[in-house]
Amino acid sequence: MTPSTAETVLFWVLAPIMVLAASGLLFARKAVHAALCVITVMISLAFLYVAQEAPFLGVVQVVVYTGAVMMLFLFVLMLVGVDASDSLVETLKAQRWVGWLGALGLGVVLVGVVGRATYPSAVGLAEANAPGNPTGVARIIFGQHVFGLEVVGALLVTAALGALVLTHRQRLKPLVKQPERAAARVAAGARLTPLPAPGVYARHNAMDVPALDPDGRPIEDSVPRVLRIRGQEAGTAEYRADTYRRAVTAVLAERGTPATDAEVDAALGTVEDDPRPAAAPPGTTTGPTADIDLGGGSTRTETER
Amino acid sequence: MTLTNYLVLSGILFSIGAATVLLRRNAIIVFMGVELMLNATNLALVTFSRLHGDLTGQVMAFFVMVVAAAEVVVGLAIIVSIFRTRKSASVDDINLLKS
Amino acid sequence: MDVNSLAPLLVAVPLASAAVLLLLGRRSDRWGHWLGLLASTAAFVVGALLLVELLGRPADDRSIRVHLFDWISAGRFDLSAGLLVDPLSLTFVLLVTFVGSLIHLYSVAYMAHDAARRRFFAYLNLFIAAMLILVLADSYLLLFVGWEGVGLASYLLIGFWNHHTPYAVAAKKAFVANRVGDIGLLVALMLMFATFGSVDFASVSAGIDGGLASTATLTATGLMLLLAACGKSAQFPLQSWLGDAMAGPTPVSALIHAATMVTAGVYLIVRSAPVFEGAPTAQLVVTVVGAITLVFGAVVGCAKDDIKKALAASTMSQIGYMVLAAGLGPVGYAFAIFHLVTHGFFKAGMFLGAGSVMHGMDDQTDMRRFGALRKYMVITWVTFGLGWLAILGVPPFSGFWSKDKIIESAFVVPEGAGEWRAWLFGAVALIGAGITAFYMSRLFFMTFHGSKRWTKDADGHEPHPHESPALMTIPMIVLAIGSVGLGFVLQLGGGFTTWLEPVTGHVEHHEPVLPVLVIQVVTLLAVAIGLVLAWRQYASLPVPETAPEGSALTRAARVDLYQDAVNDAVLVEPGRHLTRSLVYGDRTAVDGTFTGLGRLTVGIGELVRRLQTGYARQYAATMLLGLVVLAVVVLAPRI
Repeated sequence: MTPSTAETVLFWVLAPIMVLAASGLLFARKAVHAALCVITVMISLAFLYVAQEAPFLGVVQVVVYTGAVMMLFLFVLMLVGVDASDSLVETLKAQRWVGWLGALGLGVVLVGVVGRATYPSAVGLAEANAPGNPTGVARIIFGQHVFGLEVVGALLVTAALGALVLTHRQRLKPLVKQPERAAARVAAGARLTPLPAPGVYARHNAMDVPALDPDGRPIEDSVPRVLRIRGQEAGTAEYRADTYRRAVTAVLAERGTPATDAEVDAALGTVEDDPRPAAAPPGTTTGPTADIDLGGGSTRTETER
Repeated sequence: MTLTNYLVLSGILFSIGAATVLLRRNAIIVFMGVELMLNATNLALVTFSRLHGDLTGQVMAFFVMVVAAAEVVVGLAIIVSIFRTRKSASVDDINLLKS
Repeated sequence: MDVNSLAPLLVAVPLASAAVLLLLGRRSDRWGHWLGLLASTAAFVVGALLLVELLGRPADDRSIRVHLFDWISAGRFDLSAGLLVDPLSLTFVLLVTFVGSLIHLYSVAYMAHDAARRRFFAYLNLFIAAMLILVLADSYLLLFVGWEGVGLASYLLIGFWNHHTPYAVAAKKAFVANRVGDIGLLVALMLMFATFGSVDFASVSAGIDGGLASTATLTATGLMLLLAACGKSAQFPLQSWLGDAMAGPTPVSALIHAATMVTAGVYLIVRSAPVFEGAPTAQLVVTVVGAITLVFGAVVGCAKDDIKKALAASTMSQIGYMVLAAGLGPVGYAFAIFHLVTHGFFKAGMFLGAGSVMHGMDDQTDMRRFGALRKYMVITWVTFGLGWLAILGVPPFSGFWSKDKIIESAFVVPEGAGEWRAWLFGAVALIGAGITAFYMSRLFFMTFHGSKRWTKDADGHEPHPHESPALMTIPMIVLAIGSVGLGFVLQLGGGFTTWLEPVTGHVEHHEPVLPVLVIQVVTLLAVAIGLVLAWRQYASLPVPETAPEGSALTRAARVDLYQDAVNDAVLVEPGRHLTRSLVYGDRTAVDGTFTGLGRLTVGIGELVRRLQTGYARQYAATMLLGLVVLAVVVLAPRI
């Protein structure tokens, strides 16, 4: 049996490609390039297998080797660092010479042996492949080597388990989930709730007018920080909602003890007004605050109006 | 052309794979060199199976593939775990057995 | 009681006594010395019984081997430990136990003020036991056991007062000098084993008779035995230790270094007669050594002011006489032993006398500090004087009979040798007798005659010389009696010579080159000249209290003719160099090898460690290279 011309052509096209790709693996600087070179070699090998009357093996080569194994390589490259490039300068003493010597020596020995050996005449697989290559292969695997097959299956399971075990990471710090986060916030005295949407408590369009919370106290964060620092935040007294006062007056009227505004004010007592924020250090507050007289923040200013 | 050509090609690929193992420092590339060697062996096996007209060579090549797959799994797992602790994929950094 | 059961008692009793005294320790302090004395006396009694037994036998039946136990059984070498009771060994047994018991008695009083008296007696008994093993052994190996035993006892006794460092050093010196001699005995043992396959006396003698050994082997063996004898008997060249050995208590000097241990060498030579008779060259060397030592000791003795050291030099010289006689062959053996016995008596007697003098003079030994003691220590003076006359060889005292016979034998031409030998050795012996007379008389007159030259001691006390207690004077008297009469008695009818014949062999009487009478007269003349010279110098003229400068010879004699310097240069320094170089070699080569191996391993480890860089890529490279190499190696032959 001699190879056909087509096979010869195929071989002589693929062989240099493979050798070049293998050299690419040897000399590539980036790992991904090396992986791609190996993939090239493997696919070419698949071609050669098919040409050598081993189609089953060719398909398995593509599916398992190229498709699974090399993909695995690429995934790991991703994990490890795809841009990690390897300098080609050798660090170990004499390793380069020994490596080249060894490899060349090995090549010479192998090629020499192969060249000098005498071979029986090639038989070819026409007869063996008569029931079909996969069938023939299957007959041998499940016939003679079924035990080996089972063992290899166990091996694969073991390998998978091994990978799990090897890459298992142990938690070194305790797991932080929602309850832990909330408890931490409480302990630190930080804001527990999310901030309200803008405009929920606003009483006024102006930026320097603080929003009032449900208790009537101004919310400091509603005024931009810069204004707060400059002391340009507006006092709340004049913009405070007087709904409470109106309600008290109405109730008193209903009870039959009407009171003047002045009496109600007296009965209510002093509503604490947030003091004007401390002015910024001297030299900075020459702004319009001096112009606007907002009454210094006492309740009387409001009633005087 | 005879079947010997395939064998010579197999030998050359094997040697290149061996050179890769010896000369490259990145663990993953070294591993790929090993894979290349295995593949070269597979090629030789297939060629011999054709030469003798016996499919056993292909069966052997098949088994080699399976075992190689398992080996890659474990080997890469090792590389990953080493990388996690040492942050380096260089084979030369694993030299704690130096005496 | 037969010989077989009596003979082992000779050794067992003193040995057991020594063991008891040493093991019981201080608990036996109050009665230990009596036990020691009893053990020694018991040994003498047993010896006397054995003498009676032997005398009751015919002359050719007087050699009895008593088997003790089977000692070594190794392949073809079988040795049993046994005792040989024959005239020669019995002579020694009687001498050792008799003189030994007397000295034990003397020590009871002499060491009365010493807290370690019990230990002293234990060591004395140990010595007696070892000496008896030496003389009773039936093989060279058992003799060697006794040989080492007496060396040990000598060491322990010389260094008895070892808190005083010089005494301990003297003990060490004695031991080391003995050791050098022991090498000779060991080599001789090895030669005998190699040649005859056995080391007991009977087999060696039979082997020599059977012609198993060549003359060269016998000469070598003889020279080695001579070396051993030189070490033990303080003969040239191993004589340097005897003077220093006087550091021991006086009874030790009397017993070991006058009468018994130092005579062991002579015993060895006489016992090894078959060896020497087969090696005429060795015999000549023996004679020469004896002659040299004779003169050496005499010259040194003339210049010594320490009474004990002078007596030690005298011992050295007299043993030179014995060795000279032993070297003359069968002719001289009996006379050597005869002189040994008589010398044992009068020398021990004189040493005990010296101890008595020291006892009375607050343990001083410098004769220049003595003088005119005869009026204060009469018994000592008399007994010492009798010993003095004996050693001079004045008839009819013992020394005359034994020493004269030696001088006569020296003048006999040996078989197959030139006449010059008779003239040479005869003249040397004769002149030696003259010098002996001089220095012994000098000693006697300086100590007992002349004027008082006593000094005050460190506390300002005047010495009060007084006679020693009875326990000390009785042994001295007994020994003096021996010095006077023993020689005459033993030589009656050639009795002693005949008694020893089973061992030494019957010797035909040979005529010396000069008539006997002439020799005797000339000898007495030399003695008289020596005596008169000494009288003039030391008795009639005042003796200077500090030693005068003296001639070069006198100065040399004072330092023992530079023997220590020579020993140092020849033996000690090379030995030290050898030791140092060996230590150095050991440290660099041997240690270096192991340390080097260790360091090599570490070095290789360091090199290999560099492969472990921790970089996976380098490991991968190593793997790849290995794979390539492997592939090439496996596939290359197939291509």
